[in-house]
Amino acid sequence: MIMKLLSGDHPRSKTLSIVLLLIVFGLLFAPFLFPGTRSLDTAARICIFIVLVASYDLLLGYTGVVSFAHTMFFGIGAYGTALALTNMGASYAAIALGTVCGALAAGLFAFMIALFSLRVKAIFFAMMTLAVASAFLVLVSQLSWITGGEDGLSYRIPREMTTAYKLVQDKFLNVRINGKLITYYVIFFSSLSLFLILLRIVNSPFGRVLQAIRENAFRAEAIGYKVVHYSSVATVLSAVIAALSGSLIAIWLRYTGPATTLSMDIMVDILLMIVIGGMGSMYGAVIGVVLFLITQSYLQNLLGILQESLGSLPIVSEVVSPERWLLWLGILFICSIYWFPKGVVGRIRGG
Amino acid sequence: MSNSLIKPRIERPPLSQILIGKTPLFLVPLLMLIGLLAIGSGSTWLTLTAAGLAMGMMIFIMASGLTVIFGLMDVINFGHGAFISLGAFAGFTILGLLGGWIESPSIALNLGAILLAVAFAMLVTGLAGYGFERLIVKPVYGEHLKQILVTMGGLVVTQQLIYVIWGPDEIVLARPTALQGSFVIFEAAIEKYRVLAIAIGLALFAAMRLVLSKTRIGLLVRAGVQNGEMVEALGYPIQKLFLVVFMAGCALAGLGGVMWGIYQETITAHMGAEVMISVFIVVIIGGLGSIEGCFIGAMLVGLLTNYTGFLVPKLSLISTILLMGIVLMWRPQGLYPVVKTH
Amino acid sequence: MSDPLLTLRGVHTHIGPYHILQGVDLEVPRGGVTVLLGRNGAGKTTTLRTIMGLWQVREGLIQFDGAQIHQETTPVIAQREIAFVPEDMGIFTDLTVHENMLLAARSGVLEEERLSWIFGLFPPLKTFWHSAAGVLSGGQKQMLAVARAIVEPRKLILIDEPTKGLAPAIINAMVVALKELKEMQTTILLVEQNFSMASAVGDTVAVMDDGRIVYKGDMCELAADAALQERLMGLSLEAHQ
Repeated sequence: MIMKLLSGDHPRSKTLSIVLLLIVFGLLFAPFLFPGTRSLDTAARICIFIVLVASYDLLLGYTGVVSFAHTMFFGIGAYGTALALTNMGASYAAIALGTVCGALAAGLFAFMIALFSLRVKAIFFAMMTLAVASAFLVLVSQLSWITGGEDGLSYRIPREMTTAYKLVQDKFLNVRINGKLITYYVIFFSSLSLFLILLRIVNSPFGRVLQAIRENAFRAEAIGYKVVHYSSVATVLSAVIAALSGSLIAIWLRYTGPATTLSMDIMVDILLMIVIGGMGSMYGAVIGVVLFLITQSYLQNLLGILQESLGSLPIVSEVVSPERWLLWLGILFICSIYWFPKGVVGRIRGG
Repeated sequence: MSNSLIKPRIERPPLSQILIGKTPLFLVPLLMLIGLLAIGSGSTWLTLTAAGLAMGMMIFIMASGLTVIFGLMDVINFGHGAFISLGAFAGFTILGLLGGWIESPSIALNLGAILLAVAFAMLVTGLAGYGFERLIVKPVYGEHLKQILVTMGGLVVTQQLIYVIWGPDEIVLARPTALQGSFVIFEAAIEKYRVLAIAIGLALFAAMRLVLSKTRIGLLVRAGVQNGEMVEALGYPIQKLFLVVFMAGCALAGLGGVMWGIYQETITAHMGAEVMISVFIVVIIGGLGSIEGCFIGAMLVGLLTNYTGFLVPKLSLISTILLMGIVLMWRPQGLYPVVKTH
Repeated sequence: MSDPLLTLRGVHTHIGPYHILQGVDLEVPRGGVTVLLGRNGAGKTTTLRTIMGLWQVREGLIQFDGAQIHQETTPVIAQREIAFVPEDMGIFTDLTVHENMLLAARSGVLEEERLSWIFGLFPPLKTFWHSAAGVLSGGQKQMLAVARAIVEPRKLILIDEPTKGLAPAIINAMVVALKELKEMQTTILLVEQNFSMASAVGDTVAVMDDGRIVYKGDMCELAADAALQERLMGLSLEAHQ
């Protein structure tokens, strides 16, 4: 049963299986294990980012295509839902319509970009997506009468999904069963389903062709697979799923702005997550996201302690300043590309 | 063997074909003309055109290195923007130290300060380019996917290092006194600094063409862009040549960074990554690897940005993306596709 | 005859997943033309490219003028005075004929006397001296490719099928050029499928098949021995007859 859900993609390592199980159970029972608004927020972000990063891996790790437009698709999904909720009011119909429209728009947009630039070199595609995504970001920030500009959009979601709505009057295991909790589970199960769908995709015959293309595009073409068709479909699928995860973040935050969805910083985070977690494995996305978010907070603490003990040295104390956590993750990122291109998952599997 | 048997045969293309081959050259005046028609006012147009050309020159300086580096070794440095920022910070450090020179009304002292700042910035970025090539680029030659990722990682790390050295805040510095204000020509105000930028850009373009056509290293670069393997088979180590070109490209990025910084009067660690969007658009429009294409592409992007910036301010960046789309529909490899003979 | 200028011993070369050279043994004696014959895909081009260091030697050794060169990089090998005329000619089409020649002259200067000799061999190069090499016809490009290899004296010249797809008149020019080089005691390793060209200039011959040398001997013996020719032709040249 479980193998069927995982589409036969076994984690292939005892340690990895245990870690994954811990993460899944941790997220499933997050509201009860780690009570508090901030923990719940982190848990929801982890769920959403796992889908976002895994959908990116479909492109990067499985198809060997580098795109810098993934946050753009994430943003399109988020803005789709946000715009619908803003203009139609807090209704389920708005959520549904916004989500569907966002996903369709992202798919269409991805299809156009793929048509334009997938025929040529990988480098070209990367540059092209970077330019388009940045222009999109600027456009969204400037069309303030539609998108709220830099300030973004704040909106309400249906009452049943907010803290104001209480399903049960009494606390259960010391946790209030309210709308926020329901929303969390909506996000958890949506993310889980999307993740399982991604697993199904990469383990389907289609996914195997993608991997063949990544290994040797020339040979795949020679065998008779239309490389451009397959990578276009992969681009579109990955964009649609990114847009769906964008809708999830729009619902969770009840706010959508350039900084939370479209920013290049998020794109860099996604890259760091998937490369450190392990490209070419959906589980790499899970590990990468969790590791990144944990490191982000703990590394800052660690660096803070280091800085205090090294306080007197001028440059050194700057290098270990808590704000410079990205410096260290960046170095780790470069090292992983050189020395363990399969990331943490590859390491755990002992490959 | 008689000469007549191997009579020279020149294939002269018909005039129409020569004109088609040269059409990219006419795009710049064409765009200027369209701009004039759309804007209407001659003096406004002149101001915008000067601004556009100045911006184009600065983008050209930053982009030229990137495109030659690609042509020679099939390497696109996504961290190129880091050198733009690094150059700006290095240059501003010198300008900061020479505060008296900048505030002096003497144009000689002003230019002297800029010259020193540029020299220092190019030195710093050139040397940083050496380290970047050896540590970041060289280990992943020929592997595009890793190359894109690892140079992106290099960008993040370099930006963070700029924070470490210069602190997290932006640096603001007024333009040198003699370069503030504008000339007035035909009732059009043209900022003095833009004239300087155009002059430097043109001089650099001319110098680059001279180096590429008259020096041995220039010949090797042009040959290497076409067929690196043959350059090696003639006995020239292309890796060394590439390292030199990479350093030169980074130094040019540094030069562009200082100029851009003085133009904006504010610098941040992210400025390079932001300008890189225009730089990428320019090299795609021009044809990856082509200096001439890069120059024309930069002029087009500079002019278009300023024209649309005036006409429909919110669409200026999108308009350059549209331009890129149109150019690619017309010539999928850019205006001047580089002919690889291997 | 003294020791050979170039020796290959059991050379294996892989290109990607394909095992192309499967133990090539070859000697190129000093001061003569050695012709490498064989059908398409026998590994002739790969042999030349392996000597130049453009493919890596997986196993075996290559000795040139007393030094082992199979671990060296292409530029170092070329600096040992080996010139290479690749199958695709490797012309820099954006550069002028003059600039192409200038790069081939590693000293940086073109010697007047040698240049007029080259112009005598290949007159079109003089005509198009300042034109972009891209406007040359196929035969003229081939002339330029050979001219580049002989712009300065070299110890060994590797030439990959200089007559491929060329008109008879230009083939004649090539034959004349190679014969004059022979008189100057230049050593040449020539890959050729045109047997009349091969027999006109060749001193020694080696025939390749399936990544190995299957015959070695004197060109005149092979040219005179119809039965041997027949056997080798049947083996390796029949596709071109």
